[in-house]
Amino acid sequence: MGNTVKFTYREALKQGIREALINDDTVFLMGEDVGRYGGAFAVSKGLFKEFGEERIMDVPLSESGFVGAGIGAALAGMKPIVEVMTVNFSMLAMDQIVNNAATLNHMSGGQLNVPVVIRMGCGIGRQLAAQHSHSWEPLYAHIPGLIVLSAGTHEDAKGMLLSALLNPDPVIIFEYTYMLNMEREIPADSGKVDINKAKIVREGQDISIITYGLGVYKCIEAANKLAEEGIDVEVIDLRVLRPLDEDTFLNSVRKTHRALIVEDAWRSVSISSEVSARIMEKAFFELDAPVERLCGIEVPIPYPLHLEEACVPSVVDIMNTTKKMTGL
Amino acid sequence: MIEFKMPNLGADMEDGTLVEWRMKPGDTVKRGDIIADVETQKGLIEIEVFDEGVIEKFMIKEGDKVPVGTVLALIQPIEDKRSELKKDPVSKPVDVKVHPIEEDLKGKPSDETTTPERVKISPLARKIAETNKIDLSRIKGTGQDGAITRQDVESAIERVKKTTDQPELPEEQRDKEKTPQGETIRSAIAAAMSKSNREIPHYYLSKKINMQHALDWMGAINKERPPQKRLLLAALLIKAIAHSLQKVPELNATWENGLRLKSYINIGFVIALRGGGILIPAIQRADEKSVDEIMEALNDIIPRAKAMKLRSSELSESTITVTSLGEGGADEVFGMIYPPQVAIIGFGSIVEQPFAENGMMGIRPVISATLAGDHRATDGLSGSLFLTALSKCLQKPEEL
Repeated sequence: MGNTVKFTYREALKQGIREALINDDTVFLMGEDVGRYGGAFAVSKGLFKEFGEERIMDVPLSESGFVGAGIGAALAGMKPIVEVMTVNFSMLAMDQIVNNAATLNHMSGGQLNVPVVIRMGCGIGRQLAAQHSHSWEPLYAHIPGLIVLSAGTHEDAKGMLLSALLNPDPVIIFEYTYMLNMEREIPADSGKVDINKAKIVREGQDISIITYGLGVYKCIEAANKLAEEGIDVEVIDLRVLRPLDEDTFLNSVRKTHRALIVEDAWRSVSISSEVSARIMEKAFFELDAPVERLCGIEVPIPYPLHLEEACVPSVVDIMNTTKKMTGL
Repeated sequence: MIEFKMPNLGADMEDGTLVEWRMKPGDTVKRGDIIADVETQKGLIEIEVFDEGVIEKFMIKEGDKVPVGTVLALIQPIEDKRSELKKDPVSKPVDVKVHPIEEDLKGKPSDETTTPERVKISPLARKIAETNKIDLSRIKGTGQDGAITRQDVESAIERVKKTTDQPELPEEQRDKEKTPQGETIRSAIAAAMSKSNREIPHYYLSKKINMQHALDWMGAINKERPPQKRLLLAALLIKAIAHSLQKVPELNATWENGLRLKSYINIGFVIALRGGGILIPAIQRADEKSVDEIMEALNDIIPRAKAMKLRSSELSESTITVTSLGEGGADEVFGMIYPPQVAIIGFGSIVEQPFAENGMMGIRPVISATLAGDHRATDGLSGSLFLTALSKCLQKPEEL
């Protein structure tokens, strides 16, 4: 391994934004309190001073308005990074994202591209309660015309933005509030990443655990503990939730013959539903056990810490289900 | 594609065990061919095919016990062979579970108890097992909920490899497994007769019939014949019944939510088994057969019945039953109807009796013919017409 640097997830995000602003004059950041205040989660702290108010733009508290403005800027040739504080607030901008950003290329017969990148804080934070804690990746992954990315690792927190800005189509990047203070080592030279493929983040032979977002580190932790008990787990970070890179997880299932899908989002009509369905459709005869899922409990995320924790799959849950499925 | 299903070999049959396939996939079959041996509560029965074609695939294995109606094999009809390419995807070999027609027979919800358990096996393990021709029924699953996993199949393959040169089962042991037990026949009779008594409101009629002419006629014929070719009274009685039924067709029927007349006359003939119990093979289309042909059928069927080597159609297709006590027995027998039939005819033994005829008394050999009828299906008048017709044709046996 070459040189590595230790970053918090927050710092990784900031580095990505900073690098993008330096690389390309048409890139600018817009969002609620991203400028003078430094971002609700302090992701853009210091950038206002460095790049000025034209490139680090505070916007009024109107998601529909400023996401629409970002889409307009993208149509006009800019490369806006629009920050929506949390995915929960993005519901207000749904019309702009779904009816404009996702469709204009189609509606214009291919004449218009919307190279906007929309970053959203997602998932549970720490006791932020129902209206700030939900995991709505499946909603966006449902919509053709969008590219939906999930930054479940520090490398992706930095690199996905850089790659997304090179894409001519609207990209949604989910970032995870819960991970902001988490420190990890990443290669010092890490930069752009592939935003077409899922990634095997841990190789194994006995079972494929397919996950994304907050599930990635939890599954790796579970896999490492299970390795001590002799269970060889492969962990796949989906990374790209739309369009799904099914080849990676189907090939993994063809190798391990067992699949467990882990996500924090609610179970019904979720990413795991889709992954499970594709395994049934395309790798049924490779399965040596029924596909299983660990998902969020289908309730609004509660405020009390112990209830919040109980609502999403834990490392112990992942270990127990894996043991049951492998019979080891 | 024709689905060859576990036949219903009688009202009391809920399921059967496929003991042996007599053919193999690829074999050409025609109507009447014996395709398999099935053990039912009545005993070991040869199962016939009713279609012409080529056996495409067996859907169950030897030793499997499946409910009536379960698809046993797929048969490619001959004329379909050329259009094989456009197979209907809907008619793929699916595990259709047809419920037994008589599932309320024992007054229990038979669904859970008679549906054989589907083998729990992972798709991967099934694929490997099929490629290696592994018998799944011999594998114990170690996966979740006892499911068979790849590992289970692979260790089974290992075991098979080790024992390839040893025969699977000694021949005597297999034969032993085939032998039906007396208790199963007994319990089948118990079930059918309980149902009969529970559901069928019987009415009873009897008529004394002068057998002088019939016996004389038979004696004259038998005198000319070698012993093997001689007629038994049973053949004549069966012929007379078939003849009389044509006049009273409502007795040649079944009651299944209503009276269903049968277009053919298959007369079930009660045969007592040496070890106890009875079997009722059918003399098929007795109305179309001559007395001699019926006698031939009896000569064929009685020994086979006693050896419990009957064909499925012979056991399942009777439309009415006759029970005859034979010589030296009781004078009269009032039968219990075998559901879903609607009548049973009984003959006591022939007894010499004083008999008034044309204003004269004489001694005549007399038989007491009885009829038990299902009062849901018919009334006493039908029974009476039948017994009268029967008596009349036994007076002119030469016309039969």
